[in-house]
Parts: sequence; C-alpha cells; structure tokens
Amino acid sequence: MSIAEALDMGRYSVYVWSCYGLTLFCIIVELVWLKQHRKMVWQRVCRMVRMTKRQKDEAQV
Amino acid sequence: MFSAFFSVVRRELLLAMRRRADFLTVLFFFIIVVSLFPLGVGPEADTLRKIAPGVVWVAALLASMLALGRLFYNDYVDGTLEQMLLVPQPLSILVLGKVFAHWLVSGLPLVFIAPVMGLQFDLDGEAIIVLIGALMLGTPILSLIGAIGAALTLGVRGGGVLISLLILPLYIPVLVFGAGAVEASASGLGAQAHLSLLGAGLFVSVVLAPWATAAALKISVE
Amino acid sequence: MKINIFKYAAPATFYPLAGKMIPWFMWAAALLGIAGLYYSFFEAPLADYQQGQSYKIMFIHVPTAWMSMFIYVVMAMWAASGLIWNTRLSAMMAKSLAPTGALFAFLALVTGAVWGKPTWGTWWVWDARLTSELILFFLYIGFIALGAAIEDPRRAAKATGLLALVGIVNVPIIYFSVIWWSTLHQPPSLKLNESTMGVEMLISILLMTLCFWSYTIGVALSRVRTEILQRESKTDWVAALVQEGEKK
Repeated sequence: MSIAEALDMGRYSVYVWSCYGLTLFCIIVELVWLKQHRKMVWQRVCRMVRMTKRQKDEAQV
Repeated sequence: MFSAFFSVVRRELLLAMRRRADFLTVLFFFIIVVSLFPLGVGPEADTLRKIAPGVVWVAALLASMLALGRLFYNDYVDGTLEQMLLVPQPLSILVLGKVFAHWLVSGLPLVFIAPVMGLQFDLDGEAIIVLIGALMLGTPILSLIGAIGAALTLGVRGGGVLISLLILPLYIPVLVFGAGAVEASASGLGAQAHLSLLGAGLFVSVVLAPWATAAALKISVE
Repeated sequence: MKINIFKYAAPATFYPLAGKMIPWFMWAAALLGIAGLYYSFFEAPLADYQQGQSYKIMFIHVPTAWMSMFIYVVMAMWAASGLIWNTRLSAMMAKSLAPTGALFAFLALVTGAVWGKPTWGTWWVWDARLTSELILFFLYIGFIALGAAIEDPRRAAKATGLLALVGIVNVPIIYFSVIWWSTLHQPPSLKLNESTMGVEMLISILLMTLCFWSYTIGVALSRVRTEILQRESKTDWVAALVQEGEKK
C-alpha cells in the first residue's frame, strides 16, 4: 500500500484528517494561550514586587 | 416553621400586589412569544398542532427565566435578605416560601392562560387538559431550579443574561417530559408516565432546591 | 498522613511541586499520544465493515467524549471538597479543569458531526449521545461564565463550586430525559456501537484516553500555578520567587 493510498483513507480523507487536525490545533492553541497568560501574570507580579520593594527602601531612607 | 413559611408567602404576595405590572409583563411576554410562532412557521393547522407543546413549553421556560431576576433582587438591595439569614428558622424554609409565592404570581397565570394558547394551535380538549396538568407540575420545578440561579447571580454584573446560561440547560428534563406528555397523549401512548416523572421531579426539587438556593444566598450575601 | 495532604494543599508548597510535576505529565501525554496514534493507524484494522475508514475518527471522538464527562465529574468532586473543607486549592483545581473540559466537549461534538456526515449522510443527528454531549458543553459554558462574571475570587470559587454540584446532580437526570426523548422520536438505526469494537481498537482508544488524561492534568496544574501566582502576588514567598527568578 502506498503512502498516498494510506493518506486517502478510502475516500474519507477529508473527514478523518480534519478531525485529527482540529484536535491537534485546539491543543496547540490551548498550550500557547496558557503560556502567554502565564507570561503576562509573571510580568505583572514582577512589576508589583519591584514596586513594593522600592517603596520599602524609600521608607527606610 | 410553618408559620414562618406562611408569613413569607403572605408578605411576598402583598408586595406582588403592589407591583402588579411586573407580573403582567411576564404573562404578556408568554402570550406574545407563543403567538409569534404561527407567524414564523405558517398557519397550517397540522404543523401547528405538532409544534404546539414544544412552543408553549419553551415560551414557559423563557417567561419563568424572565421573572427570576426579581425573585431575590429587591430583598438583596434593601437588606431584607441579610435579615433573613439571621432568622432562627432555617433559611431553606423561607426560600421555599418565597419561591412558592413567586410561582403563584408568575407561574400559575401561565397555567391558566395555556388553554387559550392551545386553542390558537388547534389542540383538542384532551391535549389541552394534559398540557395544563403538565404545566401545573412543571412550572413549580422551573421556579425552584431557577431560584438557585437567581441566588448565584445576585448582584453580579450581567446577571440577567448569565442566569439563562446557567439555568436553561438544567430546565431540559422539564421541557422533555412536559412537552412529551402532550405528544404522548396525542399519539395514544397516554401521558401518565410523563406526568408521573414530572411529579417525581417536583418532589425531588422541593426537597433539594431550597437547600441549594439557601447555600447560594449565603455565598452571595457574605 | 492527613497533615501531609494539608501541607501540600498550601499554595506556597504546592506551587513548586506542581512545577516539577507538569513536565512529567506532558511527556507522558506525548508518549501515550504517539503510542495511541501508532496503534490506531498501524495495528487497528484498516476499515470497519460498516463505516469504512471513517471509523478512525472514533479514536478521537470516543476519548474526547469520555474525557469531557470524566472532567465534569472530577471538577464537581474538587468543587465539593472546596465547599466542604474550604480549601482554596480545590476550588482552583475545579476552575482550572473547566476550560479543558469544555474544549474536549467541543472536540467530541465536532468530531461526532464529522463522523456523522459520511456515516449518516448528515452533519447533525439529534441522537441521545450527541444531544447530551451538547448539553454538557452548555453546562461547562455556564460554569466558566459564572466564574468570569464574579469579581471577588472567593465568592466566585464558592458560587461556581455550588453550580458544579447542582450540575452533577442534574447530569444523570438530563441524560435519562434525553434518552427517553430520543426513544420517543425513534433514532437512526446505525449507532456508535461498541459491540463490534475489536481489541486493537479498544487499546488505541484507551491509549488516547490516557494521553488526554495526562495532558489535562498537566494543563490544569499549569493553570493552577498561574492562578496561585496571581492571588498570592502580595506574599513574601512570591516576592522571594521573583527575586530568585530575576537573578538567573
């Protein structure tokens, strides 16, 4: 059996591959979103920590 | 305990009498939604007879949803709700009283007007009787389940739309058995099974829903 | 034993622990996914005698449908424990599981529809399983919407927890009513039958399910970590963490 035949899925290629493709796509999108959200939160927390530290230092001076 | 229940019911009915327009709005919403369907679908009597139970039930679902916003909101704003949390009687009893009164003014009128709606859709006498019975058993369930959603979304921005998202999926069994009762009696199967299931649902929701609503109110008022 | 559990339930100890666990679950998911795909394309029979090769969609459809149901149950369990013991972490777990559960419900719906087109000749059939999957998707959406609408995180956690419990009590009733409804209206004869499922097919479906499980755990843990970071941003241990991270 050739690769083309295997990919063809006995006429059902569109249906089968779109399902697998969509699933993979959704998983990748979810992971990217997760990463970006995490990055955003991390940066915000960093900014806040730096700010409170500066305030503390100024209070000591 | 019963005196607390009845005093809550009396208070709610008194308040409702003063704001009659609120509940007439719900009733007319129901009538208008049902009357729109023949205009959308076409006037063939056969089609109308077929879709009648579903249409009436979906309209009842939406109407009961519309009325829910007012169930706890006024008491929440003026602080009555906080007082209710402090009362020695269990909160679930008070909730049950409120829901019962709410059903009397917003659910029961739908049951009474339903026969007229049935005539619009060319239903025969037997189907109309079954429809009334199903609504009689089903609309209290709608109020009871809806109370949970009303309590959860109390004071939340966009609460009105949100509540439909939370509650409509939970209404599905009532819709299935309620509309199914009329269909089953029309097809000669007899509506008894559907009506008994609705009755069982009513019993279960009377026991469980006030309790969940009370818990939700405590979360929202805290 | 009990002390141990509650020690790890504290966000400050859970945060680094979860950070160590996530890569393990993600790698497990990747390996199980590769194994599952290998099995479904090379070991499982080439075509089903009724459905032809379109039955390969089942290897995605069935695991995603199962996962969407499992996740709802697990979510409700976390919500219950959050309400009973008032532990912050359980509520965060429940919240973190919801988007992935909704995603799987969505995938199960779409793959079910795509499977239905060549098999039934139509994209959507109001059959009992697809319908209840759709309702499950709505329940997820309600849960997520309620959580997003309430600003106070503690109230949001409790309210969504209660909603999840109300939902889980209703799920069997909804499922029963949908089955009742579909038998009344005579469903199509060809079903997603498991009776013809061979051993190879079962193995690949199980492998895919395990893959999705590990993936879900990994993603949920990662969401919990972000959530912890967000809520504990004023505590000392987060400050220490940030300074450590900036030195590197």
